[in-house]
Amino acid sequence: MKIKADLERCVGAGMCALTLPQVFDQSEDDGTVEILDPEPPAELAAAVRRAVQLCPSGALSLDTTDAAESAEPIE
Amino acid sequence: MTEATPRLSIFPLARERTFDPPDELTRRRAEAPLQRMMYGDGHEGWLATGYAESRAILADARFSSRPELMHSALPQRVELRRGPLPPGFFLQMDPPDHTRYRRLLTGQFTVRRMKQLEPRIHDITESRLDAMEREGAPADLVRSFALPIPSLVICEMLGVPYEDREKFQHDSSVILDLEASTDEITAARDDLLAYLGALVAAKRKDPGDDMLSGLTASGELTDAEIAGMGLLLLIAGHETTANMLGLGTFALLTNPRQLAVVRDDPGAVENAVEELLRYLSILHIGPTRTALEDVEIGGTLVRAGESVTLSLGAANRDPERFEGGDTLDVTRSAQGHLSFGHGIHQCLGQQLARVEMRIAYPALLRRFPGLRLAVPPEEVPMRATSAVYGVRRLPVLW
Ligand code: SF4
Repeated sequence: MKIKADLERCVGAGMCALTLPQVFDQSEDDGTVEILDPEPPAELAAAVRRAVQLCPSGALSLDTTDAAESAEPIE
Repeated sequence: MTEATPRLSIFPLARERTFDPPDELTRRRAEAPLQRMMYGDGHEGWLATGYAESRAILADARFSSRPELMHSALPQRVELRRGPLPPGFFLQMDPPDHTRYRRLLTGQFTVRRMKQLEPRIHDITESRLDAMEREGAPADLVRSFALPIPSLVICEMLGVPYEDREKFQHDSSVILDLEASTDEITAARDDLLAYLGALVAAKRKDPGDDMLSGLTASGELTDAEIAGMGLLLLIAGHETTANMLGLGTFALLTNPRQLAVVRDDPGAVENAVEELLRYLSILHIGPTRTALEDVEIGGTLVRAGESVTLSLGAANRDPERFEGGDTLDVTRSAQGHLSFGHGIHQCLGQQLARVEMRIAYPALLRRFPGLRLAVPPEEVPMRATSAVYGVRRLPVLW
C-alpha cells in the first residue's frame, strides 16, 4: 500500500494527522498534509484506510498495486 | 421518492425534545433522505436528512456555497442570504477564492499547533473554575464557564481584546439569530466589521504576536479582507464551542451514567467529545448548497440552480450510519460524524474545538463532582431560534 496526497485539494483540516499521527503530519506553513511514512506497515492498513476515508477534501488516495490488497472484483 | 406525505414547506426548527432534532426531520429521513422542500422565497429546492446524501453533497464541488446563488429555507433572511458578502468571509465562497483565504490560516490551526495550546487552555479553564468556586453556587454555567473559555482562547489567538467581549458577543448573537430582521443583522455585522477593521488598522501600525497581526504582515490582504476573516473566526471561534460546552454539560447532567464515564475515565474523553458532537449537532439548520450543474445524488437528480438544505442533526442520527443514533453513548465510535461539516469547508477550527472540549468537560466534572441542575430540566432556556443551538443559561449547583 502506498499513500498519495494531492496538495492542491488538501484543505488542512487535519483529520489525517488526528487519526494517524505516525503516518500524517501537517505543514507549519499552510497546514497541508505531510506524509511521514508513504508506505506504512501492513498492521496500520485499516487505520490508513480510515484516515483516507475521513479526509474531507478527497486529497488522500491509496495505491494498492499489491494483488492481495486490491482484491475488489473487477466488473 | 414516495408522495405519501405532502411536500415540506420551510425548514422546521421547533424541537419536541431538548436534545433531538425536530420529529418532522426524522420522519422525512425515514421517508426519503433527499426530498423536495419549498423555500421561503418560493423556490422548489431540496431537504437532505440522510447521512450518505449529506456527505456526498458536502464533498461535491458541483455544489456551491455562494450566498447570491442560495435560496433561504426559512421565511426570514431571504434578502440577507443573497446580499453582498464582506470581503474575506470565506465560509461562503467557492474555490479559488475560498482556497486563497483558507490557505493563509490553515497553518495556524494544525493538530500540532493546537496541541501546543493545551497548557494555556488548561490554565484558562482552571482559572474559570477557581472563579466559580470563589463566587459560589448557584452559577450560570454559560456565563461563568462555557462562554468565557472559548472567548478567551480565540481573543488571545486573534489578538482581540477580551475587554471588548460584550460588543462582539452581542453582535454575533444577533448575526446568528434566525428571527432577527435583515436590517438588524446587517447593522450588527457592519458594527463588528468596523470594530475589527479599526483593530486591524492599529495592528498594521503596531503589530503584536497574534493572528490578525500575522495576516497584515502577509502582504496579500487588505484591511477589509482581514476584518472579514476575523469576523468569521471570532464568531465561529466562540459561539460554537461555547454552545457545545453548555449543551453538552446539560446532556451529561441528564445522563448520569455517561457523565460518570467522562469524569472518571481519561481514556474515554476523546471519544466522548466526538459522540457529544454527533449527538448534539448544534448547527440548527443547514448548511445550504446550490447545484452549479445537474447532479445525481443517490439516484435523485438535483438540477442546476436548485438549493439543498441539510440537517446535520438528522444526518448524524441516520440509523443507516449510526445504530441507535438517538441515544447518547459516549463509548460508541462516533467517527465520521458531520458536525464539523465535510468537504472543503470542513471546520478550520475543529482541532481547537476538540482540544478545548477535551480539557473543559472533565475539568469541570472533576472540580465539582456534585454538579447538578439548579432548576428542573424543562425550565432550562434553550436557544430555539439561533443558527447555533444550545442553552441560553444553565443554572447549576454543586
Ligand atoms: S485530512 Fe485531508 S484535507 Fe485534511 S489535512 Fe489531511 S489530507 Fe489535508
